[in-house]
Amino acid sequence: MQRVRLPIEISYDHSAGPGTASHLAGLLEGRLIGRRCPVCELVYFPPRAGCCPRDGVLLGDDVEVADRGTVTTFCVVNVPFLGQRIEIPYVAATILLDSADIGMSHLIQEISADEVRIGMRVEAVWKSRDQWGPGLDNIEYFRPTGEPDAAPESFARSAG
Amino acid sequence: MSRGTRDVAIVATAQRPSEAATTLTSVEMLVPVLQAALASAGVERTDIDFWCHGSCDYMTGQPFSFVAAVDAIGAWPPIVESHVEADGAFALYEAWVKIQSGEADSALVFSNGRSSAGPIADVLAYQLDPYTEAPLGLDMHVLAALQARACLDAGVFDEWAMAEVAARSLRSALDNPIALVRGHADVEELLAAPTTYAPLRGHDCPPVTDGANAVVLAAGDVARSWCERPAWIRAIDHRIDTQRLGARSLTECASAAEAGRRVRVGDDKLDVAELHAPYTHDELLLRNALGIDAGSTTINPSGGALTANPLMAAGLARFAEAADRVIGGGADRALAHCASGPCLQQNLVAILEGD
Repeated sequence: MQRVRLPIEISYDHSAGPGTASHLAGLLEGRLIGRRCPVCELVYFPPRAGCCPRDGVLLGDDVEVADRGTVTTFCVVNVPFLGQRIEIPYVAATILLDSADIGMSHLIQEISADEVRIGMRVEAVWKSRDQWGPGLDNIEYFRPTGEPDAAPESFARSAG
Repeated sequence: MSRGTRDVAIVATAQRPSEAATTLTSVEMLVPVLQAALASAGVERTDIDFWCHGSCDYMTGQPFSFVAAVDAIGAWPPIVESHVEADGAFALYEAWVKIQSGEADSALVFSNGRSSAGPIADVLAYQLDPYTEAPLGLDMHVLAALQARACLDAGVFDEWAMAEVAARSLRSALDNPIALVRGHADVEELLAAPTTYAPLRGHDCPPVTDGANAVVLAAGDVARSWCERPAWIRAIDHRIDTQRLGARSLTECASAAEAGRRVRVGDDKLDVAELHAPYTHDELLLRNALGIDAGSTTINPSGGALTANPLMAAGLARFAEAADRVIGGGADRALAHCASGPCLQQNLVAILEGD
């Protein structure tokens, strides 16, 4: 005998935890639910693991945030990789949703990659409702709203 | 180096009530227990010089889940932290070394384990040698049964002694509000039950447990200002037997004996011993190896790992329980122990003393 196959497989019961439950339930209805830290009062979207990493306390009240916001930073993806679903070059951005204090990552489309800029106002383009699950990929991508760019001081304090 | 040049003590502890299956995330389990440990020491998180965490990503099935756990600390202003992929007792050992080095005067050590997240027996089967042992599917119960069988055949102890350990542990847990199982049990009744992993019966094995805990360490005057009666770590030592099960005797525990010799267990009267013995025969082997007399030393007054066994936290729980007895004045000299690996392969032993 020269070789043996030893497949390894383990299944886990993953729990998202109560701190994230309202966020996931909201996504199923097309609502974006974050949570506010009771100490620093920042609104986390998504609400991470239910905890403010700055203060080490459990997050408090649910806060519904808008499905539009401001690009706070971005990168242009030029590198092809296995499993790539979007034609390169495309833009992955950090978007600070209105009423949230922490940026989230998503795609920017319907605009040429070289025209994307920090401060640009964007809105969500949702998949059709029958495709929704408990994930941020319910949003297909974000696209420019056409509004004037946001002033830097309006998002300079945001983290992420 | 089992005796440091600096005096270091456990000054505060906190433990979550054990659960059979929690839906909380690691972070959600840890936040209240970290806050409780800090409150017990009467300090703020910014007073802690060093944070050290013990947990295991294989148990949650999430790579780098320990990084997410840093959220539970509150990492602003920046903190100094470390993690061991092991029981929190080994994180305590790292923190003790850190304080000995002079780089920290205080540390908060914490651990968590959600044993219910996956098929824990299958998960632990993969801690063995990946080529020759893991493919056999030897899970922790099977390995423990092998060791128990070897000891019974060699006459090291009998099944009656094993059942006595179970009965005493369940009875002790009656006084422990955070234990998962407890009760009055009769040795003859226990022995009437069928074997589950022969020669082991249900009472010989630990319950699947989720839990988290934390202890605060401090040096010298800091310890005295944070605690009226610190539990001084007089000596601590970690020894390891070979990982090859066929290359060591399973009827003794050489690494525990060596660690016990180095911390000088027998130098003075031992009031309490908290032994990390998930299986009944583990305790009997450890008592032999460490030279602990059950007549003069109270063994596992908490009920031990047989009554609550949150993997990766059950060893640190032994340190917390032993320290609580010293801090509370109920014991002057206590032993805390943590085991790791199959069949008690690794052993960490510490002696805690009051002033």
